[in-house]
Amino acid sequence: MTTEVEFCAPKNLAEALEFLALNRDKKTWILAGGTDIMPAINSRQISPLAVLDIWGLRELRILEQHQRHLTLGPLTTFSEMMQDPRIGQTVPLLREAAQSVGAVQIQNRGTLGGNIANASPAGDVLPVLAVHNAVLELRSAKGSRNVEFNAFYSGYKQSVLKPDELIYRIHVPIQWPQQIPYWRKLGTRQAQAISKVAIAAIAEVRGGILQDIRIGLGAVAPTVVRAKKTEDTLRGRRLDNRLIQAAGEIIQSDICPIDDIRSTARFRRRTTTNILRRFLSDLKLAHRGM
Amino acid sequence: MKIDCTINGSPTVLDVSPMRRLIDLLREEMKLTGTKEGCGEGECGACTVLIDGEAVNSCLVIASQIQGRQVVTIEGLTPRSGLTPLQESFVRKGGLQCGICTPGMIVAARALLDKNLEPDALEIRTAIAGNLCRCTGYHRIVDSILEAAELERSRLSLVDTAPPDL
Amino acid sequence: MSIGVNVPRKDGQSKVNGQAAYVDDLSFDGMLYGVTLRSQIPHGKIRAIQFDPKFDWSSVVVVDHSDIPGQNIVTLIQRDQPFLAAQLIRHVNEPILLIAATSRKKAMEARTRIEIIVDELPSVTNLEKAATGVRLYGEDNLFKEIHIEKGDLPRGFAEADYIVERTYKTGLQEQMYIEPQGVIAVPGKDRISIYGSLQCPHYVVKALLPLLSFSHPDQVQVIQMVTGGGFGGKEEYPNLLAGHAALLAMKSECPVKMVYDRAEDILATTKRHPSIIRHKTGLKSDGTLTALAIEIDFDGGAYATLSEVVLSRGCIHAAGPYRCENIDIVGRAWATNNPPNGAFRGFGAPQTCFALERQIDLVAKTLGIDPLEVRRRNAMEPGDSTATGQVLTESVATHKCLEQAVKASDYIRKRSEYSKLLPKARIRRGIGLSLFFHGSGFTGDGENRIRGRAGLQVTPDGFIEILTSSTDIGQGTETIFAQMVAEELGIPVDLCRNAGVDTNRVPDSGPTVASRTCMIVGDLVRSAAAQLREDLIKWLAELENCNAEQITLVGGCFLLSGQRVASFQDLAKRACSEGGPASASKTYVQPEGLEWDEKTYQGQAYPVFSWGCDVAEVEIDLDTYEISVTRFTAAQDVGKAIHPVMVMGQIEGGSLQAIGYATMEEVLQKNGWIENHRMTNCLIPTALDAPAFETHIIEEPFSGGPFGAKGVGELPTDGGAPAVAAAIDHATGQRFDEIPVTPEKIELALNP
Repeated sequence: MTTEVEFCAPKNLAEALEFLALNRDKKTWILAGGTDIMPAINSRQISPLAVLDIWGLRELRILEQHQRHLTLGPLTTFSEMMQDPRIGQTVPLLREAAQSVGAVQIQNRGTLGGNIANASPAGDVLPVLAVHNAVLELRSAKGSRNVEFNAFYSGYKQSVLKPDELIYRIHVPIQWPQQIPYWRKLGTRQAQAISKVAIAAIAEVRGGILQDIRIGLGAVAPTVVRAKKTEDTLRGRRLDNRLIQAAGEIIQSDICPIDDIRSTARFRRRTTTNILRRFLSDLKLAHRGM
Repeated sequence: MKIDCTINGSPTVLDVSPMRRLIDLLREEMKLTGTKEGCGEGECGACTVLIDGEAVNSCLVIASQIQGRQVVTIEGLTPRSGLTPLQESFVRKGGLQCGICTPGMIVAARALLDKNLEPDALEIRTAIAGNLCRCTGYHRIVDSILEAAELERSRLSLVDTAPPDL
Repeated sequence: MSIGVNVPRKDGQSKVNGQAAYVDDLSFDGMLYGVTLRSQIPHGKIRAIQFDPKFDWSSVVVVDHSDIPGQNIVTLIQRDQPFLAAQLIRHVNEPILLIAATSRKKAMEARTRIEIIVDELPSVTNLEKAATGVRLYGEDNLFKEIHIEKGDLPRGFAEADYIVERTYKTGLQEQMYIEPQGVIAVPGKDRISIYGSLQCPHYVVKALLPLLSFSHPDQVQVIQMVTGGGFGGKEEYPNLLAGHAALLAMKSECPVKMVYDRAEDILATTKRHPSIIRHKTGLKSDGTLTALAIEIDFDGGAYATLSEVVLSRGCIHAAGPYRCENIDIVGRAWATNNPPNGAFRGFGAPQTCFALERQIDLVAKTLGIDPLEVRRRNAMEPGDSTATGQVLTESVATHKCLEQAVKASDYIRKRSEYSKLLPKARIRRGIGLSLFFHGSGFTGDGENRIRGRAGLQVTPDGFIEILTSSTDIGQGTETIFAQMVAEELGIPVDLCRNAGVDTNRVPDSGPTVASRTCMIVGDLVRSAAAQLREDLIKWLAELENCNAEQITLVGGCFLLSGQRVASFQDLAKRACSEGGPASASKTYVQPEGLEWDEKTYQGQAYPVFSWGCDVAEVEIDLDTYEISVTRFTAAQDVGKAIHPVMVMGQIEGGSLQAIGYATMEEVLQKNGWIENHRMTNCLIPTALDAPAFETHIIEEPFSGGPFGAKGVGELPTDGGAPAVAAAIDHATGQRFDEIPVTPEKIELALNP
């Protein structure tokens, strides 16, 4: 017969960490807004042995604005990312990415921490965290450690999060005025769609030169990735048509998309290039004469 | 697990398994069957209810997560007698056909109008994009909500300009 | 006046306040929950079924084919489909065993403890290989072959200045009603009651009688619950599901609820037939069509279900609303090892309409003229004849629809303006149109074979109850029937109400399908009302000792020589209590002169056609290949709109289904398996994907319909897909002959 699920709705963080430590061999499912885990349970794709419901933990629902970065609790919902002016002003890409998630009901429940922990390469806000060089503060009963977001994933749906750890804080360096953000998601429909391709980028142009550019890509590799080779090629170069053309080719070596139920590798490759080129062309246009 | 919450305005204590889905709790324990299940994975929105005023899919929420919260279903949005202007608009403007998405659609529309009583068509479409309807093509649902917003605005302005009760 | 007026829907209040009772909202004491164990292979033989000895099997009820008291055959057209597979498995997810328990969870747990050992057989899951693969059905794997001939095809091609040929393909489409399939079976002594989400209650009666070895129709009572959408998907499938619940209920002697979850619904129930359609068209340089040769292949799936009638309607509509003297249509519905396909709004016509309309656009391109011009030149007019030789005598609205849609959409200006847009523009715009028709009612003499019945009953409180088995599945049947009765009697709509659909109580009006409810059953209801009025007047004349001619019924009152003698409601009450005329009923009588030959497919295929023209506008982002249908103008002729708001709702809802069919709705099938069986990956349009609709109702009345009304249910699903595809062609400069046209396909076409 079905085994009883070990369930805990902790009163505070300490209790949560204790539960994780106690059940570390059971692979505890940490439940927040339920937008990923509940469909999996309802469709019997997973049958958790232990569930930690952290939805009620105030300690994980904070937002602090610092001079150089924003600190978010993992329970920050997509709706909060869309609505909170502190987020909109300092990390506008988070707001844009959150807007493209599901629809209102999902935005009201889905969380930043959940999006990270679910580890899907199509997670909507993940390319944003990648380009912002976010830092994750992981916590267990034994203590805390910081992990660069860009080093968090170890493979498809795999991360370095240990069974007794949870994501405690997400530190996101804020966007400076001279940085120009860009966000584009392709889904099969205009709402309630999982990404086929998602691109987040920030760039800084001065005197026609791309001083800095960072590009995060979703759904085109086993994990969310940074387009390192493309960035290296672009950084410090004059933004002209030849460079834009070349960048569109080089980005192909930054990605390894697959054919799946939502799209094809070919389509993902082509649109990644097209979207990057569009961003760079728009950037060039906006900075003409600067 | 004992859950203290408020359902449709009534303080309620439930003794249920903490992992019980909110939709099951509403439909089976509370006999509030106006909340419908169309997919069980947060796609169709037929199970939309309000928790603390926010539209959520009740198939994705578990019992322990409504501890201390205010839950409102379509039954809670219906007056003792008659209908609200929002409900009447759906009937009048052709905002419903088979009706299975309608309770969730009205709850989602309520959540919108509570925040924004002057929505344009795009804002309405965005607010109900998580509620699938297979019958209407949405056009008349959008019209229904536009009309309801207008009715509610005019009602509000009547209240504003009404002389104080003597 | 009640006709043409947007009276409040009868079911409006209960649907907006959450009180409307759907099948899953209903429970019975001691009710069990049933689940189905299904095959996991497309073709094979069951060698053994193993039950885990560690499981307590006394705690559940299990039914297999040997528990069937009667015949293990789903009664429909052919006798090929079993309720439960006995030895042979013919498709993935075919039902084999049924399990009921006190909770759904427990029944599902039991299901995991059963193993089906099978010997797999070679299978055919590809329509293109249906003829050459494994033998599955009859001599040739053909469920049905249809041939329609008109004129002299070789002569037509000989007369042609140009000949154009092209092959078109359409994919599977899921009905995706938001309420999944469900029934509850309640057993009694030598009888069973079925409560269900369904379109055709009497189909269920006919299917369950032989299954349960019952002899009298009253032994099977079918009650339709409020139904959360059907679109054809709840036409024939509920026969199977009701049979399953009934078998569990009879064996357990308890009420049994079976409600599918979304995955099971997508995996196991019928869908729109995929098709391959080849066109060869002869035309003169002035655009005259001289020959239409059309070859149609449908994938019927593993069992015949309704495939032959779907094919029939597809074939009859294949040559469209165009004048052509030489036509040859060959249609075939093939057996494969895919799950069976079946009824879906449009019923074969959306596929053949898509192919034809794309072909007509190709004709225009060949001639270098606008697609509108080809249609203007060839659209049927009164006096013209269809592919089956049916001469159109009245209610032909091709040109009206075409011109209205063209004008309202500003097609001509936009067509030329978008063509001139810079070829370098990233966002391309396109506009395209389609012209189409849909026959109202059953094909040929089908209505005569069904002989639908409808009745009225006066209640003791002087209301009129309408008794039909026509189900309201959202389209508004209850409301329009009440309007028709009210109009005929000159009384308020509020005095007319529906009796509900309970087969023990209401007559068999025929199924709720085929765009027949308003026109065919509606006219029975209307004529029953006329009968009741006449009978009441006669009775009143007897009471008043006067001549019936002196009495009129006006504005809800009976007048004798102009003087009010009684209100309708008072006389109705009296009639009910004093043995006066308190009921009326009507049975369908075939109009004289209807000739139809089922063998040669010659004659009057339908009493009348409804007509439509759709204009779709799209925007395509050439960087991302995303398609956005920005505007959709429909001008559709329904004879007479009984309730204009509901007619527009039908047109818009059906159009969005067609838009989804053209752009995003894709059921991915591989080796007989459906890979995207969840709502997260089997997508339908959201409110943000739907265009703004501009809907124009055209009224070209039909003398044989109630108040001039014709059918509207299916018409809107026919024209949307080709109009959208034409607009995509226009925007991209490429041709798309296969739907859905996804961004992936556009990318391939633009970067060959």
